[in-house]
Amino acid sequence: MRCGDFRQTYDEDMAIFETAFARRLLVLFLAALAALPFFADGFWLDVMNRIFIAVIAATGLNILTGFTGQISLGNAAFLAVGAYTTSFLAGRAGLPFPVVIPLAGLTTAMVGMVFGVPSLRLKGLYLAVATLAAHFVIEFTITHWASVTGGVNGISIPAAKLGPLVLDDDRKLYGLVLALTAGLLFCAKNLFRTKVGKAFVAIRDQDISAEVMGVHVFKYKLLSFGVSSFYVGVAGALVGYQARIISPENFPITLAIDQLGMIIIGGMGSILGSIFGAVFITLLPEILRLAVGPLSATFPQLTTLFASLKMGVFGLAIVLFLIFEPDGMAARWHTIKNYWKLYPFSY
Amino acid sequence: MEFLLQLVLNGLVIGSIYALVALGFVIIYKSSSILNFAQGEFLMLGAYVCLAIFTAARVPFLAAFALTLVFSAVLGVVLERVLLRPMIGEPVISVIMLTLGLASVLKAIVQGFWGTDTRPYPEIFPSTPVQIGPLPVSQGYLYSVASVLLLLALLSAFFKFSRPGIAMRATAVSQQVALSMGISVKKIFALAWSIAAVVSAVGGVLLGGIRGGVDGNLAFFGLKVVPVVILGGLDSVAGAIVGGIVMGILENLAGGYLDPLLGGGVKEVAPFVALVAILTVKPYGLFGKVKIERV
Repeated sequence: MRCGDFRQTYDEDMAIFETAFARRLLVLFLAALAALPFFADGFWLDVMNRIFIAVIAATGLNILTGFTGQISLGNAAFLAVGAYTTSFLAGRAGLPFPVVIPLAGLTTAMVGMVFGVPSLRLKGLYLAVATLAAHFVIEFTITHWASVTGGVNGISIPAAKLGPLVLDDDRKLYGLVLALTAGLLFCAKNLFRTKVGKAFVAIRDQDISAEVMGVHVFKYKLLSFGVSSFYVGVAGALVGYQARIISPENFPITLAIDQLGMIIIGGMGSILGSIFGAVFITLLPEILRLAVGPLSATFPQLTTLFASLKMGVFGLAIVLFLIFEPDGMAARWHTIKNYWKLYPFSY
Repeated sequence: MEFLLQLVLNGLVIGSIYALVALGFVIIYKSSSILNFAQGEFLMLGAYVCLAIFTAARVPFLAAFALTLVFSAVLGVVLERVLLRPMIGEPVISVIMLTLGLASVLKAIVQGFWGTDTRPYPEIFPSTPVQIGPLPVSQGYLYSVASVLLLLALLSAFFKFSRPGIAMRATAVSQQVALSMGISVKKIFALAWSIAAVVSAVGGVLLGGIRGGVDGNLAFFGLKVVPVVILGGLDSVAGAIVGGIVMGILENLAGGYLDPLLGGGVKEVAPFVALVAILTVKPYGLFGKVKIERV
């Protein structure tokens, strides 16, 4: 029986999985997820796809905000850049998805780095507002560059395809989304075991100290904007492939707030936290809808109020989490896990 | 020429309301280092509550207005006590997120009570325009600017001469020293939040009166004031006033002259572009205090 957390070699200390058991559990979990399309119906597959996309986007935001400490309110706009790039590359140029998705990520990374330049001089709240400005500038560009983006009417995106393979519904898209999510999460988890990731964390903890220690602050801040936006861009490409028709209304400022909510509720500076938060925030309206469904027979006004209700519950969840569990669900998860690890001799 | 004057005048009016709401931001920021993203919702709530009291209780408008101010003051104190007090010492991002969460709760409450349709506002200002030089100016504009100026003067006097006002300034300079001088910093925070809520409510009622109706978009006004506060510098009262008026005029000029060229919507985005340009030159805004960091 394990009675403590003993690490005797550097390899053990660096390991992602503390035990072989944990690794096997994860493999089992992934296998279960991969088997899901054979059982679940269309509605839940749609929800699952949206959850995975949210996980990618939240991980991207967490790299920037949670790990590097640069608050960003521009995430919805970066998501839009990814989605519109996809519409251009897949629609106009007719490229297959293995080319489109990385290119969408790279384009968004470029845009993200451009809007990351102010971070050279701005910090904290001032930077948050500069990224808010990025949101409005990108939104303005999208609504006015109608020849490419379709303006306010939106634009349609062809189904993701590669040769004879056409992923035109949620069931077919599921595999791609799951594989991308797993791959990107794996990269993100490993990123923070490298020099670059450690530099990000050093900048978050104290940027001046980081600079004194020889971390090129501006370079790594920009890199963080780039990596983060790459993730968000890939998520945006998937949003495009899933929705198949996008307009500026799909990417409002509230979406950026939702995603900040995800990493706050899940846990800042934790990959696991991004997953928890994305699952929670995406499921919240769905569960609310299921709960309201039977009630709306007796209270017909509930259906008209649903949008407000959703907003209110979202806000309340964030407020309550911040007050009662400021470190997020990931921290609570570790507490619970550690309690059971040594159960019943936790002392 | 007349077009230009008209734009400047509109900008001045909207800018003065910006200045008022920006002042709410600055007061909270100075005392407790929190940027309150729910300021726009305070404004919307104020406008709706005033309307509700006016239509439901059939009292004169000024009485309804006074009751609204009392309501806002209480709301500010309660929110500070219940939500913001536990956040002292938490990182910036958490506090931002808390005010964003609060914003969506307040918006949901307003929509739940009053729906999402535009509601007509009572005519609080006489509708006949006054002639100033070549321009016909609606009386609502004049009253708005006058009341904003009055309020700004009152607040300046409050900060300059009254005991709580001086205590607030002391807290803004250094919380520790203020505490050791026997100032209750908690009370100061509560006061700051209630002043911020009150000035926002005034802004909301004035906007409702000028526009002749209120709807959910009123909350967006709070987001538009964010560049104003940042432009002036988060901790500068003078900056809030100058920033408000500059932004008001700027967005109206940009809207008036660039909208026909670029096809609309310039008014919304211009303040943000200007903001980024100014921040790259002056990272703490025009009048903000430059923070010297020590490791």
